[in-house]
Amino acid sequence: MDVKQVQLDAEGFLVDYKEWNEELAKELAKEEGIEELTDRHWHVIRFMREEYEKTGQVPTIRRLKNAGGIPTKELYALFPNGPAKKAARIAGLPKPQGCV
Amino acid sequence: MKNIVILGAGTAGTIMANKLAAALDKTEWQITVVDQEEIHYYQPGFLFIPFGIYTREDVIKPKRDYLPPGVNLIMSKIEVIEPDRNRVKLENGKVLPYDFLIIATGSRIHPEETEGMLNGAWHKNIFDFYTLEGALKLANFLKYWEGGRMVLNIVEMPIKCPVAPLEFVFLADWWFTEQGIRDKVEIVFATPLPGAFTKPRASHFLGNFLEKKGIHLVPEFNIERVDSSKNKIISYDEKEIEYDLLVTIPTNMGDEVIARSGMGDDLNFVPTDKHTLQSSQFENVFVIGDATNLPSSKAGSVAHFQSEVLFENIMRAIEGRPLQPKFDGHANCFIESGFGKGILIDFNYDVEPLPGKFPLPGIGPFSLLEETKMNHWGKMMFRWMYWNLLLKGSELPIQAQMNLAGKRL
Repeated sequence: MDVKQVQLDAEGFLVDYKEWNEELAKELAKEEGIEELTDRHWHVIRFMREEYEKTGQVPTIRRLKNAGGIPTKELYALFPNGPAKKAARIAGLPKPQGCV
Repeated sequence: MKNIVILGAGTAGTIMANKLAAALDKTEWQITVVDQEEIHYYQPGFLFIPFGIYTREDVIKPKRDYLPPGVNLIMSKIEVIEPDRNRVKLENGKVLPYDFLIIATGSRIHPEETEGMLNGAWHKNIFDFYTLEGALKLANFLKYWEGGRMVLNIVEMPIKCPVAPLEFVFLADWWFTEQGIRDKVEIVFATPLPGAFTKPRASHFLGNFLEKKGIHLVPEFNIERVDSSKNKIISYDEKEIEYDLLVTIPTNMGDEVIARSGMGDDLNFVPTDKHTLQSSQFENVFVIGDATNLPSSKAGSVAHFQSEVLFENIMRAIEGRPLQPKFDGHANCFIESGFGKGILIDFNYDVEPLPGKFPLPGIGPFSLLEETKMNHWGKMMFRWMYWNLLLKGSELPIQAQMNLAGKRL
């Protein structure tokens, strides 16, 4: 399954998170300017998917820090310019709920 | 005797106590309200204090004066909520059993969440205006300030009253002009959001206002720490902004009792049904106002609109009828824009702020997404409405649900 075969919403987020696989993640990462996904990237991605399956919500940066043990500083280094959005997209999850 | 316990006597808790006391049979129901502080703060007024428009006396009243007779008010901290056992334990040792619980414990600022924020310069050249103390100290600082670079920074979303930071810089632009030092002050608005506000159309409109007033917008700035020895704030991706005066909107979090009771998310906000206001976990627990995790604004107008839906749903729950999913995320915010003018926005979960007339379609007197003098008077008049009508749970001439009539799509 590659990017051309899955359904993306207007902003490029996967419509059904179950259509996700690791190959797809690599492709989405390249689109986001991340050439190679390291172990730490995968740690974030897997944690986000687990949380989403459990709670139905895309975890916040604070949640990634508190429950996922991922320091915010590192998250910004791994997924530069808007880590919450970027990591969610690569993990095949919907766009994080905007604030109000 | 059956019990309804309300935790918190702020805007939401007070309105609920008044509505329920007027409707329930006193021989059958005891309403108990718990709070730890005697003073009710008119929080929308804090914004005006740094500029000398309001004083301390304008924004405080005794909580007791706003609760109806017959309601049992207990002044105590809450130790823990035990929703599995339908009871609340207070710090003073009392245990309150309940049939229905309403959580209205609000949200507060937590400057200690940002590294370096409290390192010596707190309330010296770093201020908040979300507490009465912070607003008063900032007023005192501004009185003697001769100018420099003022940076307003929102640490992270969500925050109480998301328009207040914008109002602050608009008013500051006006106030420095009045003081004759506007040319000596640089105003910077640094926000984690991609623009001036959260909703695209209003964000664009308000962004233009920033530009018109010569206020420099720095979007997508996510603060990591404050270096108060060098007077700069540093973001997670190593961007730096220098300041002479830092006005911060610190991290907002729900009450610690929510965390102690294991009932909150990572910011201690209580997971709540978006439309019924019932707790996502417990059938006989309801949540209102800033304490919820809802994607609606944390604001008095929202608490007021929620109170109408929640009142109806509590009455239904008491009678064993199904709840109505009627809360639509409706918010209504007057935005002070300086020089005696204001902007009004009205929106809900699905419909972003649109231009038009309010509350009477086509008539007004207020104008939506437009800057007018009438809107400013609306905001100033609101304080009277707050103390005399809103807290008492009286009917206001505004519907709980957002109305599309009078709006231009």
